[in-house]
Amino acid sequence: MFPKPIQKSGTLTRNSYNILVPVSLVIWLLPLIAIFMTSIRPEGDITSGNVFGVPSDFLLIENYGRVLVETEALKFFWNSLLITVPTVILSISLACLAGYALAIYRVPLPFVSSNVAVPLFLLFVAGNFVPFQILMVPVRNLTSNLGLYNTIWALILFHGAFQTGFCTLFMRNFIKALPYELIESARIEGVGEFKIFWHIVLPLVRPALAALAVLIFTFIWNEYFWATVLTTDESAKPITAGMESIKGQYLTSWSLYSAAAIMAAVPPVLMFFAMQKHFIAGLTLGAVK
Amino acid sequence: MALSSSLENREFENRTFFQRNRMAIVPWVFLLPAVLFFLVYVIIPIFQSLWISLYEWDGLYRPDGTWTAQWVGFENYAKLWTDEKFWTSLRNNIAWLLLFMLAVPMGLFIALFLNQTVTGMRFYKSLFFFPFVISQVVVGLIFGWFYNPEFGVVGQIWKFLFCEEVINIVGNVSTRCSVEPPALLASEEYATYGIIAAGLWPQIAYCMILYLTGLNNVSPDQIEAARIDGAKGWRMLWHVVLPQLKPATFIAVVVTVIGALRSFDMVAIMTAGGPGVGSTNVLAYYMYEAALSEFGFRYGYGSAIASVLFMIMLMYISYFLFRMYQDERGR
Repeated sequence: MFPKPIQKSGTLTRNSYNILVPVSLVIWLLPLIAIFMTSIRPEGDITSGNVFGVPSDFLLIENYGRVLVETEALKFFWNSLLITVPTVILSISLACLAGYALAIYRVPLPFVSSNVAVPLFLLFVAGNFVPFQILMVPVRNLTSNLGLYNTIWALILFHGAFQTGFCTLFMRNFIKALPYELIESARIEGVGEFKIFWHIVLPLVRPALAALAVLIFTFIWNEYFWATVLTTDESAKPITAGMESIKGQYLTSWSLYSAAAIMAAVPPVLMFFAMQKHFIAGLTLGAVK
Repeated sequence: MALSSSLENREFENRTFFQRNRMAIVPWVFLLPAVLFFLVYVIIPIFQSLWISLYEWDGLYRPDGTWTAQWVGFENYAKLWTDEKFWTSLRNNIAWLLLFMLAVPMGLFIALFLNQTVTGMRFYKSLFFFPFVISQVVVGLIFGWFYNPEFGVVGQIWKFLFCEEVINIVGNVSTRCSVEPPALLASEEYATYGIIAAGLWPQIAYCMILYLTGLNNVSPDQIEAARIDGAKGWRMLWHVVLPQLKPATFIAVVVTVIGALRSFDMVAIMTAGGPGVGSTNVLAYYMYEAALSEFGFRYGYGSAIASVLFMIMLMYISYFLFRMYQDERGR
């Protein structure tokens, strides 16, 4: 273990470490703490300069309630959910199939029959790192040609397709690490390829599915660029893009605006705390186990 | 012998096309949906954008459905060469790249700081990771307010340090400051650095978590052996621990480079490219601004900016793919 375990040092070091950790945490999260404090203050506190002190009144329920009632926030939340959940399902389903094929089979090109499993895999990986702007104009056109511009389906289809790259990278590596003998012996028993996938491989990759699900949920919930490119009004905007119009509404009211910002962050935060282990396993790309 | 082989042949021909080519077809059946989606939404658009960057186009079609674009060849790129805003964006992107790299050592530092088994450590670690889970939009909002010279935390600290309250004869309270509080995001010179600092916050958290997982895997035997040999502190870190953290460092550098070049959300939320003539612009945001400009769409010009950004990114992608390809062959 590095650095040296603190238990082996003297009492002084140990105690100061025990104090230093929470103190540095408070400094680290200062922006967040400050904005949370702002979100439960009356507006008057801020204009009179009471930004750090004890709020003159605790308006947790009032402020957050007002945001929900006065703005389109609930609609934006609902849109975010309607976009995020189908995206997660779409990208993970596609990636399970593709990852399985790339991990287990030779993938011959028709007529040439050279194995393209690795090049295809690298194509998925590469696409995943491309800057969004190079896709913007064609994807925007495609979306409006399909008649999907300014609908949640515009975002679901695009995100589903794009995240397939990352998910395939992850699934393929995960399936590749499974014992190949399992599949081979099933084949000798005469089990069909699709049954092998469904009854043998899928149950084994459940941890990977969980990791991807939380990760993609968070990515898509927090996504902003495509939300502004592919949607324009309340009917389809997710919460990230919706913050803009909430800002317009609360131009002078920092406390209500902060409340809205904090609410937008809650679902991914809950997701993270509920599924922490899976989340981190996903983030490290499985490369650092 | 001859008989049996011709018998086998006949049997072979009697099988359907699918049966004969089963092992060639099955993988493609599994791959088809993903490949199709990925081609349509990711791979083909890249080439379309490169192509569109050679045209001038306002995004419209004629009533009969034909394209209104004008072929201009490399003119868009020639315009970029003399476009002051483009160079500002490029310079800012380089600043992002260089300063964003700080996230890697800072993440390592926090990871080392927290790599202890004290009660409640798991909880502390996840709270340190917190900023990464929050949307960049929200991080941008938080810091936009944090930097506010009047109400924000920076402004308040400034007042505490440099200002004093003055009560005039009539009894009105006002503050007089020896140095005016900085309006960071309104300064053409410093606003970019303010945004980068805000962007570093979640990025450091990301690097930290990569290193924490990496540190879990460092072999205790090697550390013990090095300790017996008298290594400690920096020497231990540099010669024993860091080499074992190589995979974590690699991923940390890759995601940080990608993050720096993708910076869009923060710029859009905190300054929308301003103040002044795009002083905080980055290529990603300038592309968006140019292509979907209020004064008429400029898809061709926007695509040219995107293509430049893509080419920069491509260098990193190629390096990453090269490394991965070598790993694949090494297996």
